[in-house]
Amino acid sequence: MASRNVEKLDLSFSAVPDKPKKDWVIVYLRILAFLATASATLVMALNKQTKHFVVATIGTTPITVSITAKFQHTPAFIFFVIANGVASLHCLMMIGVDILGPQFDYKGLKPVLIPILDMMSLVLASAGDGAATFMSELGRNGNSHARWDKICDKFGSYCNRGGAALIASFIAIILLLIITVMSINKLKPKK
Amino acid sequence: MTKSKRVLISIILRLLAFGATVAAMVVMVTSHDSAQAFNLTFTAKYSNDPVFKYFVIAEGIASAYSLIVLLITCSQKSSLWRFILILDLVIAMLLTSSISAAAAIAHVGKKGNSHAGWLPICGQVPKFCDHVSGALVAGFIAPILYLFIVLSSMHSVITHLFL
Repeated sequence: MASRNVEKLDLSFSAVPDKPKKDWVIVYLRILAFLATASATLVMALNKQTKHFVVATIGTTPITVSITAKFQHTPAFIFFVIANGVASLHCLMMIGVDILGPQFDYKGLKPVLIPILDMMSLVLASAGDGAATFMSELGRNGNSHARWDKICDKFGSYCNRGGAALIASFIAIILLLIITVMSINKLKPKK
Repeated sequence: MTKSKRVLISIILRLLAFGATVAAMVVMVTSHDSAQAFNLTFTAKYSNDPVFKYFVIAEGIASAYSLIVLLITCSQKSSLWRFILILDLVIAMLLTSSISAAAAIAHVGKKGNSHAGWLPICGQVPKFCDHVSGALVAGFIAPILYLFIVLSSMHSVITHLFL
């Protein structure tokens, strides 16, 4: 009889839905991914180098031409900046949703929308990464068949900063893949 | 949606994706052209540029994966479908990065880059350029199809457990 009373008490407690246990691992991973994508965006967006070249000498005064290497010169890097910017905004939004989330009611399409959006930003970030990687490979090694000279021997620090942005973006892609797989796992009801 | 309809949609999508990846690979591999300038023959092949080699390899991996998954679609184990979903994500990432890289370098080939002093090569080898554009179109359809495949895999993984 005492056990039946305990059972009745248990039933009344479970009628009130208790808060789902918050998964902090995925929030930490999203913060890391946000930092990685934001740093990739910023490093590439502020990537600029100016160099002065002596073109000719008239008498004793040399005529110098200053050439600037900016990220806007190549559409691949513009796409890289935009893609990583969108991915970092997405990470920020998802951090907000994860922290403020349990207050709102999730029904219908909303639980599925989070893994879908994660997947979209993962795919976008990987596209931007691929374009920028091969464009910088072209800048570093040139292409003898197409008579395209390499530019990294003249603009060394521009290339190095671009490389650093690429590494940050690679880390961001790995983190985004882990986050997407974890959020898909969270979707499924536990057996 | 009944189970058979879901399996049918998944099979059709994967078949289309297999076709698109194989087409992109074949068209890119068979692209070559040569031009004469001052008694020098200037040949353009897909293997001249590492980007197009990466494109061919990525499409090859994706087409082999599509074929394998098409052959094992009959199995209904839910743990297998979870693993296939993760692999679908990875392959979708691979395909989008390969098409994006190939499109970036093809853009340099078509329009050049005046800031870096790179001249466009499409004027000298127009047949090669057209072939590569065709391969890029097929390679563009493939990741879009793969996004739909991932959505359908996600749907089947969720509803499998609800059955």
